[in-house]
Amino acid sequence: MEHTHAGEIAHDSHGGGTKEIWRTFWILLVLTIVELILGYILIGVHGTGGRLALKGAIIILMLAKAFYIVAYFMHLKSEIRNLIMTIIVPLALLIWAIIAFLYDGNSFKDNRNTYDAYKRDRSHIQSTDTKADEKGKSGEKRTGAME
Amino acid sequence: METTAVAADTKWWNGGKSPFNVEYGKLMMWYFLMSDSFTFGAFLISYGTVRFSSNGWPNPNEVFRSYPGAGEGVHAPLVFVSIMTFILIMSSVTMVLAVHAGHERNKKAVITYLAWTILGGLAFLSCQAWEWNHLHHEGAWWGRNPFPNADGTGASTNFTNFFFTITGFHGFHVFSGVVINIIMLIMAATDTFEKKGHYLMIEKAGLYWHFVDLVWVFVFTCFYLL
Repeated sequence: MEHTHAGEIAHDSHGGGTKEIWRTFWILLVLTIVELILGYILIGVHGTGGRLALKGAIIILMLAKAFYIVAYFMHLKSEIRNLIMTIIVPLALLIWAIIAFLYDGNSFKDNRNTYDAYKRDRSHIQSTDTKADEKGKSGEKRTGAME
Repeated sequence: METTAVAADTKWWNGGKSPFNVEYGKLMMWYFLMSDSFTFGAFLISYGTVRFSSNGWPNPNEVFRSYPGAGEGVHAPLVFVSIMTFILIMSSVTMVLAVHAGHERNKKAVITYLAWTILGGLAFLSCQAWEWNHLHHEGAWWGRNPFPNADGTGASTNFTNFFFTITGFHGFHVFSGVVINIIMLIMAATDTFEKKGHYLMIEKAGLYWHFVDLVWVFVFTCFYLL
């Protein structure tokens, strides 16, 4: 990441050659494999803190992959600053949206668990037959309708 | 049309040239992809919101645990989806190689790499078709969810509704990308770009194809890993 292409931009506005393409491929592959390893570890982790840490790491790797695809495969890094800004700055709106909506969803859950005893109790009913739908007996199982 | 060489003291906003230093079509492709990322962003954020508002959620490792040719009781989480992810990354590489060959006006290489990219896209779509079919046989569909929550409680249909809607919308993008790439292949083979004198159209198709790969990075993480 510390490589700067400032010198190359002047004569080649489309980034490096096939060498850079394959370098990016290997980076993406390694990031994906690490992501999958973390995903496997996550299966065996049941503590809230540990799961949160692993999920955070997976999200960071996801964003790193997104950066490499956009910067090197889509050559956005080799475009001029004006183009980079006109694409990236509006997307900052999504940062607000993620925080605001996920917070809202969480507080909706908390409020409902506090004030709506019916919903709260319903969400504790065990699913008795996991394949009930397949057997056409979905009526015997508590499959929620749209909540 | 021509993108000019960049000097450090260029006055981009003085008029007479594109302040973004790209041709019109490429700029508009970027804006389209930006708007499309808002569409996918809205989908994934609503999925996250509903998941955050639910007391329970199905365990993806229990739901996505099979692969073609596997028996009934197989438990192989993440195996099949990692193959799908690899296919899409690979096809992104062949696409960027096709764009690179286009810059060198190497018609033969453009055609070869585009063909590989189309093959990768079709392979991905086949994988997705198999997975949808498999889940449908397990009883999952829009409005139907046979999978209980991770803690054993009965699940709502939110999980399947979001899964089929978002992966379906992504699959539709892959399909469109394959169609666009086939058109590019035909145009390259019939010397359309040679007559134009440049292969810039491939670059725009490439941007779209990489975006499809980019979205899969997010969809894959949100549905299969988290």
